[in-house]
Amino acid sequence: MNPLIVSNVSRRRFLHGLSLSGLVLAVGYPSNARAQTPKKYGADGMPNGWVDDPLAFVSIADDGTVTVVCHRAEMGQGVRTSMPMIVADELEADWKRVRVTQAPGDEKRFGNQDTDGSRSTRHFFEPMRRCGAAARTMLEAAAAERWKVPVSEVEARNHEVVHRPTGRRLGYGALARAAAGQAVPARETLRLKDPKQFRYIGKGQTKLLDGRDIATGKAQYGIDTRLPGMLYAVVARPPVYGGTVASVDTAEALKVPGVERVVQIEPTAPPAHFNPVGGVAVLARNTWAAIQGRRALKITWDDGPNAGYDSAAFKSSLEESARKPAKVVRNDGDFTEAAAGAARRVEAEYYVPHLAHATMEPPAATARIVNGKCEVWGCFQSPQAARDLVAKRLGMSADDVTVHVTLLGGGFGRKSKPDYAIEAAALSKAVDGKPVKVTWTREDDLHNSYYHTVSVEHLEAGVDGQGKPVAWLHRSVAPTIISTFNPAATHEAPFELGMGVINVPFAIPNVRIENPEAIAHTRIGWFRAVSNIPHAFAVQSFVAELAAAAGRDPKDFLLDVIGPARQVSPEMLGDTWNHGESSERYPVDTGRLRRVVETVAREAGWGKQLPKGRGLGIAAHYSFVSYVAAVVEVAVDDKGVVTIPRVDMVVDCGPTVNPDRVRSQMEGACVMGVGIATVGEISFKGGRVEQDNFNSYEVTRMAQAPRVIRVHIIPGDYSQPMGGVGEPGVPPIPPALCNAIFAATGKRVRRLPIRDQLKV
Amino acid sequence: MIRLEVNGKRQTIDLPGETPLLWTLRDEIGLTGTKFGCGMALCGACTVHVDGQAVRSCVTPISAVANKKVVTIEALGADPVGTALQAAWVDKGVPQCGYCQAGQIMSAAALLRRKQAPSDAEIDAAMSGNICRCGTYTRIRAAIKQVAAKQGGTR
Repeated sequence: MNPLIVSNVSRRRFLHGLSLSGLVLAVGYPSNARAQTPKKYGADGMPNGWVDDPLAFVSIADDGTVTVVCHRAEMGQGVRTSMPMIVADELEADWKRVRVTQAPGDEKRFGNQDTDGSRSTRHFFEPMRRCGAAARTMLEAAAAERWKVPVSEVEARNHEVVHRPTGRRLGYGALARAAAGQAVPARETLRLKDPKQFRYIGKGQTKLLDGRDIATGKAQYGIDTRLPGMLYAVVARPPVYGGTVASVDTAEALKVPGVERVVQIEPTAPPAHFNPVGGVAVLARNTWAAIQGRRALKITWDDGPNAGYDSAAFKSSLEESARKPAKVVRNDGDFTEAAAGAARRVEAEYYVPHLAHATMEPPAATARIVNGKCEVWGCFQSPQAARDLVAKRLGMSADDVTVHVTLLGGGFGRKSKPDYAIEAAALSKAVDGKPVKVTWTREDDLHNSYYHTVSVEHLEAGVDGQGKPVAWLHRSVAPTIISTFNPAATHEAPFELGMGVINVPFAIPNVRIENPEAIAHTRIGWFRAVSNIPHAFAVQSFVAELAAAAGRDPKDFLLDVIGPARQVSPEMLGDTWNHGESSERYPVDTGRLRRVVETVAREAGWGKQLPKGRGLGIAAHYSFVSYVAAVVEVAVDDKGVVTIPRVDMVVDCGPTVNPDRVRSQMEGACVMGVGIATVGEISFKGGRVEQDNFNSYEVTRMAQAPRVIRVHIIPGDYSQPMGGVGEPGVPPIPPALCNAIFAATGKRVRRLPIRDQLKV
Repeated sequence: MIRLEVNGKRQTIDLPGETPLLWTLRDEIGLTGTKFGCGMALCGACTVHVDGQAVRSCVTPISAVANKKVVTIEALGADPVGTALQAAWVDKGVPQCGYCQAGQIMSAAALLRRKQAPSDAEIDAAMSGNICRCGTYTRIRAAIKQVAAKQGGTR
């Protein structure tokens, strides 16, 4: 595997890595030169890094309105409010006069825009602070110049610059033009605020900038784009991954009122990458006519090599692999000897199926081509990837492609893959550049997604006389996301192993982690929290099983297994990835892990007496360089129906920008985690997805959601590095829920979703 | 030709009568606040009011609403309950991605019109047809209760 591909994982690094290595070979660049390049971390390690130029991100109008450019995609995490908050604070702007505008896909201008990996705030907090501080400095310089006073005598305060000795004031609007003419101050000269002076950062008063538009129906999502003369398209895609159109009869479709054209989209040769799977598109006057036209198509598919993909059979094959020795990816001490000498052995196997993101807004994109230039509108987590790939598909330069980013009606990783942008562009090209909007129906979304992988986690432990584990074996087997880019890849990549299987920081002397092979038969992709979901489910369930076997309290036992507070280098655990962050700045801190466990236990009233049929379960997980623990309270009735009266969550993500959005992300992650645990499953038969819509692919609804979710944030200090927030709330929920069910009923769930496993 | 009244405005629509109201609103009339989520009345994103009742517009043919009063999220602010709900949604920070929230607010408005002080079970029953994949349910419930309390209907 190319080291560039695996060393740091942006969802887009794959294409850069692959094409770069091709270039390297072509020009005969010495291969050891790459190894000498120092490894880059954080935002530095992402494609196109970061930019802190205030001219790219901040503008001030004559009326004083401050507009901040948000270059990250808004999909519910609140980034279109948080980024402006950071800038506004350093700028000393009055929040009431701050607006946000969305950047197009242009990483040369704005830095990395791949909104994924729970990275936006931790990567752009510092650059956005500098943008605000630089703009403030320019306003102060302009005022000093106007008043002909030393700049040391002026100070920006709440949207005005004040001349301290005389009390003269000038508003930002009055200074805007003169400030724009000032030189951008050098980064090293910038005076950043003392965090004690923050007005917005870390406070709780800031409402969402898009809140009003959302509540009144004005907010614009990818599916809402309308252009004059636009055609509405839906696409019949191969039902089996890798399938193609054998024949198509379009006659009936063309008779449907409103249908204007039927156009075939050529599939791109495997690997799937972010490319369309091909198929037959119906273009019509409105979406409904297009859907009716598609129904009237007569298509014969050639299903190709994945026609035999069957989830039940695949589960058995994964189990078989998980029960045999395999590639060792971490080996501390001697598991075999320690397990042989242990007082007792415990073994368990866990299963998590494929999942689909099922964003409420399905994928949608609009494209038009005018005078050799293409414009695309849509809900994209990776607008630069959309731009590059549309350009490639159309045979254009990326400079001739503009990608406008709308709000995303949910992302969860699905919208990192802009296959639908390429579809829209290809269709526009087929109709002489006319605007075309491609809308995916819910069936399309569930049938042709980039699915969360499917996995079997096999765990074995040898425990001593007190039930404490002295030997730990974890065999994790799942098709890798890399298979979407390189079909020969059959092992979990470092970034997948580094999501809670290899980097488990337990105080156990003999640890062996193994990773058997698995072959992908569908497009595997990132799903919120990714491999942390199955790994945390298995590890945190197994620790509770060991606690039960030892007759110990699960919370006390978990703390014992974590061991004393210490900082563990990810490299020591065999984790070369560490979420792309430096291991010096971001060691695995078992003290922080212990603290979220202890705090959540206290907040949830751990140990309290509960009526029959109720139980508490606990789990904790480190991911995206943050620490989250959860206590779930369940009530299981005499028919086996589970309800969740309350969940407590504690997050330590270091310092925060918008605590209310940290809370809302945890609440949402909790509900998604409950859905994964209780109802979520994508299964295949005959290569086809068996679920069509929300009747068969269930997601959590209000009545099944936790009634109360209490989120506690461990206070951070702005000298500490920040952690991720969007994803790390998900992984602890399924194991905490299943541990609670065990406490309530004595039944251990090892296969997700729970669905009717408890039904009596 | 089918005559509709949408947000107080008369519309003459030249589409087959079986065309769902959803796509007529979004693609023909240009009111995109009403969202598509499933096409089968399973998710509630497309909820509108027809003569004051919450209706899933994705399965409602335009022939069925001819000469009836259709209200979408864009005009809900004309109703005091609608205004109060929209304000509560902002105040409680309900939305995450926001995509489903128009449908949620339309369902909530129909509920509060029917029932000034809904119980938790009544809120569940009225709102469980509306999916929020971001998981904002606890805040949706809190916002509904806040509006109910302000209307004097605390329970």
